[in-house]
Amino acid sequence: MTDIKIKITDREGVLHEVDAPTDMNMNLMEVVRSYELAPEGTIGICGGMAMCASCQCYVKSDHNLPEMSDDEDAMLAEAFNVQDNSRLGCQIHMTEDLNGLEVELAPES
Amino acid sequence: MIETDILIIGAGPTGLFAVFEAGLLQLKCHLIDALPQAGGQCSEIYPKKPIYDIPGFPEVLAGDLVDNLMEQIKPFEPGFTLGERAQTIDTLEDGTFVVTTNKGTKHHAPVVAIAGGLGSFEPRKPPLDNLKRYEDNGLAYIIKDPEVYRNKKVVIAGGGDSALDWSIFLTDVASEVTLVHRRNEFRGALDSVEKVQQLKNQGKINLITPAEVTALHGAEKLEGISISKTANAQEDILLETDSFIPLFGLSPKLGPIADWGLDIERNAIKVNTFDYQTNVPGIYAIGDVNTYPGKLKLILCGFHEATLMCQSAYQRIHPDKKYVMKYTTVGGVTGFDGSKKEAPKAVVKAIE
Repeated sequence: MTDIKIKITDREGVLHEVDAPTDMNMNLMEVVRSYELAPEGTIGICGGMAMCASCQCYVKSDHNLPEMSDDEDAMLAEAFNVQDNSRLGCQIHMTEDLNGLEVELAPES
Repeated sequence: MIETDILIIGAGPTGLFAVFEAGLLQLKCHLIDALPQAGGQCSEIYPKKPIYDIPGFPEVLAGDLVDNLMEQIKPFEPGFTLGERAQTIDTLEDGTFVVTTNKGTKHHAPVVAIAGGLGSFEPRKPPLDNLKRYEDNGLAYIIKDPEVYRNKKVVIAGGGDSALDWSIFLTDVASEVTLVHRRNEFRGALDSVEKVQQLKNQGKINLITPAEVTALHGAEKLEGISISKTANAQEDILLETDSFIPLFGLSPKLGPIADWGLDIERNAIKVNTFDYQTNVPGIYAIGDVNTYPGKLKLILCGFHEATLMCQSAYQRIHPDKKYVMKYTTVGGVTGFDGSKKEAPKAVVKAIE
C-alpha cells in the first residue's frame, strides 16, 4: 500500500496536507470528502459522474494529469468560476504519479 | 386539498418504493416533486447510466429502474404533484400535517415522509451582481411561458440542450435571439446543434462565442447586458436586450425543508434508525436526505428505510389495529385498482 501526499487548500483558504491512498480506487473529490475538507452536500453531489461541478478545483502544481474526458470538458464549459487550471476532482484518480499534487477547491456554486 | 395517508416529498426511487410498502399495508400515498417527472436524480441526472448494486439486478439503467418502480407501484394508484416544490408545513391540532407547495397546492396527511434526496433541483444562477433586482424584471432561469418573449429581444446563455432548444424555439417568437456560450462547442443533440448552425447562417440567431455575460444593466428592469469575449477582451460588447435567460442546468438544494424545525446535520435530516422518524413525531426522512451513524447514500438503503418507515406509519395511523408483516408470496398484492397478483395455487388431484 502506498500513500501519496497532497496539498489541498479548502474554500476558506486553509491549507491541508493529507495522505491519500492509491490502492482504494479513490479520486480527489473522495479524498476531500474523506477528510471532510468541505461540508457534506456541497461537494461530490452527483457522486462522481462529472455531472455537477461541485468538486471543481484549481490545480496549482504542474503534475501530468489524466486527459479531460468530453464529459468533464463539457461540464466545465457550463460551470462557474472556471479558470484555465480548473479540473473536476472526481475525474482525478489517485496514482503514485500525483505525489505532491497541490490543488485549491473552487468556490461553492 | 389533497388528502392521503402518507405524503411523500420526493419522487425518487426511495419515495416511489415507499408507495409499494405502504400499499401492502393498505395505506395510500401522494408524492410531491419539484421536477416535472418522477424518478429524482435517476431520471434527471443519469437516466442512461447503469447501476450495479440493486439487489437482484446485475445491471440496470437508472431510467429503467424508475420505469420498473412505477410499474411496481401502479396498483396502489399514487397521486403526484409534479413540478412543484414543498414549501411550508403546518401541524394541525389533531397532529396531522398540511404541506403547501410553492404554487399553493395543499396536501393533508397524518404522516409525512421526506424522501427528498439532495433537495429540490433549482436552476444554477450565474455569479453576477444585482441578479435579484432583475429576477422577474427581464431575468428568468426557466422559461414557463414563451409568449412572454413575443417581439422581445432575448439573450440566452449556456451550452447545453436547453440553451440550444430554447434558442431555436424563440427565433419564431422573439424579435431577436442572441446565444452566448463560453465555448465554440455545444453539447447537445446533433439535430439541435445543426439547427442552430443553420439559424445562425440565416441570421436568425446571433451567436456570440467564446464569451461570457459579465454584467446586467437597467434601472428598474433589465435593459442591457455586458458580454466579454473570452479570447479578446477588447471586443467587449454592450448589448441592448429585454430579457436574459441563463440556462446552466440544475443543482439540488435542501431548500425550504431546512426551515421546517427538523434537526439538520451536514445538509441532511437527522433520524433515528428504529423507524427513520425525525425529531418531529409523524415526520419521517428516508433515503439520501437523512443521516444517522453509519448512513450510506445508496438506493438499496433507501428501500430498506422506506419499508421500516411504512410499518411505523401504519402504527401511527392505526394505533389500535393488530398487524403482522406478511410475505407478498403468501399474501399476494391487492391493488387499490382492484387488481390482484398472487402466487399460483398448487392443485391437489390424483394422477390416474
